[in-house]
Amino acid sequence: MANFKRVSGWQWAGIVVLRLVIGWHFLYEGLAKLFNPYWSSASYLVEAKWVFADVFTAILASPQLLKIVDWLNIGGLIAIGLSLISGLLATPASIAGMILLALYYVACPPIVGFKSSLPAEGSYLIINKNLVELAALFVLVLFPTGRVAGLDRLIFGPLKTKPVGEGKNGPGEK
Amino acid sequence: MDPEKNEPEEKLSSAVQPKLRRRDILLGLSTLPVFGGFIFAWLRKRKFDGSKKQALLKELGLKPEAPAILPEGFLKRSNQLIRLGIIGVGGRGEHLLRCAGFVRPDWLESRRQEAKINPLNKDLEIFLSQQDTNCVLTAVCDVFDPRAERGLVASRNVLRQGKVVEEKGARRFRHYQELLNSSEVDAVIIATPDHWHAQMALDAVAAGKHIYLEKCMTRTAEEAVRLYDAVKGSKIIFQLGHQQRQQESHLRARQIVQAGLLGKITLVETTTNRNSPDGAWQYEIPAEASPENIDWEQFLGPAPRRPFDVYRFFRWRCWFDYGTGLSGDLLSHEYDAVNQILELGIPKYAVASGGIYFFKDGREVPDVFHATFEYPDKELTLIYSATLSSNRNRGRIFMGHDAWMEVGESLTLSADPESTRYKELYLEQIVEPSLPLFSFRPGAKGIDAVTSASERYFATRGLLYSYAGGKRVDISHLHLLEWLDCIRNGRQPSCNIERGLEEAITCHMATEAYLRGRRVEWDPVSRKII
Repeated sequence: MANFKRVSGWQWAGIVVLRLVIGWHFLYEGLAKLFNPYWSSASYLVEAKWVFADVFTAILASPQLLKIVDWLNIGGLIAIGLSLISGLLATPASIAGMILLALYYVACPPIVGFKSSLPAEGSYLIINKNLVELAALFVLVLFPTGRVAGLDRLIFGPLKTKPVGEGKNGPGEK
Repeated sequence: MDPEKNEPEEKLSSAVQPKLRRRDILLGLSTLPVFGGFIFAWLRKRKFDGSKKQALLKELGLKPEAPAILPEGFLKRSNQLIRLGIIGVGGRGEHLLRCAGFVRPDWLESRRQEAKINPLNKDLEIFLSQQDTNCVLTAVCDVFDPRAERGLVASRNVLRQGKVVEEKGARRFRHYQELLNSSEVDAVIIATPDHWHAQMALDAVAAGKHIYLEKCMTRTAEEAVRLYDAVKGSKIIFQLGHQQRQQESHLRARQIVQAGLLGKITLVETTTNRNSPDGAWQYEIPAEASPENIDWEQFLGPAPRRPFDVYRFFRWRCWFDYGTGLSGDLLSHEYDAVNQILELGIPKYAVASGGIYFFKDGREVPDVFHATFEYPDKELTLIYSATLSSNRNRGRIFMGHDAWMEVGESLTLSADPESTRYKELYLEQIVEPSLPLFSFRPGAKGIDAVTSASERYFATRGLLYSYAGGKRVDISHLHLLEWLDCIRNGRQPSCNIERGLEEAITCHMATEAYLRGRRVEWDPVSRKII
């Protein structure tokens, strides 16, 4: 098991803030899509280029499947957003967020040779904001901040975060 | 935030605490206030967007959830069986047959295969979901044997309630006159080259057959006037093949103009932008085509005598003997779209220019062509500009003092920053200069493939599909349904002979101005282009 006893309070605070801002972003992305009558993942899926292009095209071809994907997307974004902000099941939510972002990334990766007609608001080479947010969520997976500041703390109890003796390794630590 | 300082629980080897302390509760709930901030910000944004939208829609006189407009023909059903005949089973003729429910099994198979390769290809699905037209195809006439055969095969495979069933099928007539004289035909689809349109339609009127006539209505202005008089003096139901009359975005555009949302419109700009051999009418010449299976004399008909020429036969759109090039082929659609929305009628003056600048294949008709039409009584100019060698989409734009509107398959209405009507909305920041006032995107929730470059052109110009309940519908199917519905109920279709005369004269004014190299005028008294 990971040991968090050397992580300082400020370091925890920084990671919790990271969780909150990502949660805010996910929640608003989900709600904005929910309340936009024109939104559909179709316009994104149609741009699919890479390994899953065929799968995404198959989703597009079926209106029923597309509807399911739309709702999974909206529901997923909102649920992950709520989890990350409240700190409830924050680690599984971070993993789910990584999966969602990975799907967005592989659909249209900014790899040389792949062109997308969707306008990008920045300049990207291999790394785009989806990948950056995905990496940030990976950090959140490694640091269960919900048990430091979040509802997970009430359910699973607080995380053991401080070594017994200052500057010494705690029990069980290599 | 500094969690856990010298807590006695630290002594426990487990990370899980058996009991919650006040500190745990506080930290456990510590991030929840973020929701407060989120909800506050979100509601403020919703309210801002919502009140802006409401003020705007109120100003525009539009309902937020305006119901989709469905052409009447799509909803009405009738039990009266109509016996159809078709003259001309080329590409367009065969498409119209499918729109009426008659299909070749090998077409079905090819679309089935295409859908396997590209699941976004919905041709088959669109065809199978067409309404049963309650027609039988009893007569087929084409001067090219393989095409006549295609028509016969299609006549035996009919879409009934979503399934293709085998039926008795049609009889082939070698000459169109025999088809028109047949007692087994109630109504006729004419999809031949333009130089035959007038004579065939006149003969159909004389034979008492209802007519669905492809555009351009006639090849000359004189023919258009004659056909107009004949149809007006008869009881036949006449529909000209401008299928975009059924396009939902066009119907909405008409409502928007009638509501006065554009202010005074003084300029309408419309274009054709294609860039493919197919789009420039360089159609493939079938290998089997020969004088043995083409009735060349009947093809020529009213046109000057010439020796057999497969290019003239299959690519007839490139010669003035058989058509009028961009005028009758594509300006006709553009004009009719504008006429449908603005009820322009016949212009007073026309000038035109252009040339054969790219497709130097022996054609006579220009491949770059522009025409300007003046409507002094309406204080409006209509500009048409066409190229067959660039795909750059230039839209179809209605320019008013208060707003401009771009109409194709979708519709966008944008306020003019210098507008009188929307000045207040700009000042109150209800209207954002960067965003349209209103946009209508049919089928925005789904993506269907458009397969070829020409098809993409037609779709963006609103000439292929409309959407009913979010589902793609071929508008030519709707246009045929409307005609059949009018035959059954004795009503006038949307593109009747009045609209046909307006279309034909406008197109021929452009052609005449180009050929004469000067401005021409329509004299409504003598009914001549002078």
